[in-house]
Amino acid sequence: MSFGDAIRIALGVVWSQKMKSIFSAVGVFVGVTFLIAVVSIIEGMNHYMTDKFAGALLGVNTFQLSRRPNFQVGNVSDSTWHAWARRPRITYDDARAVVSGIHVPIMWAWESQTSSDIQYRGKTAARVRVLGVTDQYFALKGWNFAMGRPFTAQENETGQPVVVMGYDLAQKIFGKQDPINRTIQIRGLPYRIIGVIESQGNIFGMSLDNFVAAPALSPVKRFVNRPHVLDALLVKGTSITDMQAAMDQAEAVMRTRRHLRPTQADNFTLETASGVLDFWSKINQILIIALPGLVSISLVVGGIVIMNIMLMAVAERTREIGIRKALGARRRDILRQFLVESATLATVGASLGVGTGLGVAWIVTSTTFLPARVAPWSIVVGVVLGAGVGITAGLYPASRASRLDPIAAMRHE
Amino acid sequence: MTNDTIIRVRGLTRVYEMGSETVHALRGVDLDIGRNEYVAIMGPSGSGKSTMMNLIGCLDTPTAGEYWLNGTEVSRMTDDALADVRNREIGFVFQTFNLLPRASALHNVELPLIYAGLKTADRRTRAEAALRRVGLAERMHHKPNELSGGQRQRVAIARALVNDPSILLADEPTGNLDSVTSEEIMAVFAELHGQGQTVVMVTHEPDIAEHAGRVVTLRDGLIHSDTLQEAA
Repeated sequence: MSFGDAIRIALGVVWSQKMKSIFSAVGVFVGVTFLIAVVSIIEGMNHYMTDKFAGALLGVNTFQLSRRPNFQVGNVSDSTWHAWARRPRITYDDARAVVSGIHVPIMWAWESQTSSDIQYRGKTAARVRVLGVTDQYFALKGWNFAMGRPFTAQENETGQPVVVMGYDLAQKIFGKQDPINRTIQIRGLPYRIIGVIESQGNIFGMSLDNFVAAPALSPVKRFVNRPHVLDALLVKGTSITDMQAAMDQAEAVMRTRRHLRPTQADNFTLETASGVLDFWSKINQILIIALPGLVSISLVVGGIVIMNIMLMAVAERTREIGIRKALGARRRDILRQFLVESATLATVGASLGVGTGLGVAWIVTSTTFLPARVAPWSIVVGVVLGAGVGITAGLYPASRASRLDPIAAMRHE
Repeated sequence: MTNDTIIRVRGLTRVYEMGSETVHALRGVDLDIGRNEYVAIMGPSGSGKSTMMNLIGCLDTPTAGEYWLNGTEVSRMTDDALADVRNREIGFVFQTFNLLPRASALHNVELPLIYAGLKTADRRTRAEAALRRVGLAERMHHKPNELSGGQRQRVAIARALVNDPSILLADEPTGNLDSVTSEEIMAVFAELHGQGQTVVMVTHEPDIAEHAGRVVTLRDGLIHSDTLQEAA
């Protein structure tokens, strides 16, 4: 009997007993659905974290100097928290000293931020991120201008009330009108719009475009931070080595300014994007370790179900097996028939699982902020695992069937 | 042994161990059946005729003795080798038809060809020809439960013939049929025999055995009588 015949017979049997087939393949189905869905979500998160999250929040080859970490890994104990809270803030003078103490080519920018409502002719946009930044901020972040221009170093130094805003915010306030040169109120302070940044989408459902960025030394300095204090100094090197060198030099300058003895730890924080990614890779590792366990539990259960169904099938079809043997079926023909049948059963289940898994991934992507991304290897693994479970589960029943005595089997009712 | 001897049996013995009891089903049977013979094997229950049928049909192997089928010794073959012999040399017709209930008449007839390794198209052609030969051309796609007893037995006969076997081996072929249908089936057998088919039929009904040209009677595991007769 050819392999094609065996598959045709098997599909016939699976099809003729649809409900039974569905129930028997449900374990494999669930396992594979789970595999595809979870892998898609992990893959999507991976991609998201490396490409977007870290890039958008911190940027490539960029570190930031701040009082305490912005991106914490795991739980932070109360005492650590209190220690962080006691640290001195980063002052304008700190930032200036650090920048002049770095001897590799860099871009740098100050950053302070708060949240505030802004008004335009009676319209209010609530809870807008208000940034007080320096002129290189936009270039450092790699933000492109949809309209207008960034402010200059001189505009910052002289504290001009000019502002750059995010795309969505501009749309929300001005619609189709040209926002350039219009004046908005930030906490009652009039600011002239000089530029609009291209849309950057959202991250975990939060819009990245809901901000205004004003010169750090312009009037917003009164409420984005305490006097002469900034949240963070962002420094971007031209390469990872430059960034590392710049970070070392920045640390040295800060330690000197804070009069830290060699035995004392830094009382400031230098953070990079890779630090943020460490956190994600920890979660990722846990998932990657847990996933095979969870999937294999369903597959083992699925395999046992299929084995039982196949044992039942062998018992039910003992007479058929006897007839086939009488007509010339060899052991391997019967073995193959039942192996192919259980493999087909499991593969059909696995294929449905792949379909459902893809569906789940799609639903997750379209209804939540979680980005799912289907990994082609997971589909291959899913189907191969399913078929493998089917074959393994079918071995014992099939070998029992193949060893039946044709005379006794034909007499079986 | 001439080329015209299909079945040659010498000292055929079959002993079953039933728990502590030993049953001597056959006690050394010698038998030759030639090409194009029509033989009925008779005997009361317990005479060993079912054992004889299983051994001739290569469904079982003897405890002792020799069995040459079409010039090949088959009494010491492995299971798989016997499966091949059954496939090529023997066409079975059973009392209970033994058709696959879920498969069409055509597929049932194709079964031996599947195990012979024929391609789909060849199988189809030959199975259709076999069904036509037994007068079931119109019912090829019916399932066994859509067919009458006589029609089912015709499907079984078509299946037995499809591989051009050396012997058509029938085990109580009319046991589940009424007398009219039985006569029809016997007519089919007679026709096949007329076309040169060797037929061996196991039965306990004398009026069925009458159709054969030779009647071998078993009793207590030995041949009791072996007579030629005018076929009815």
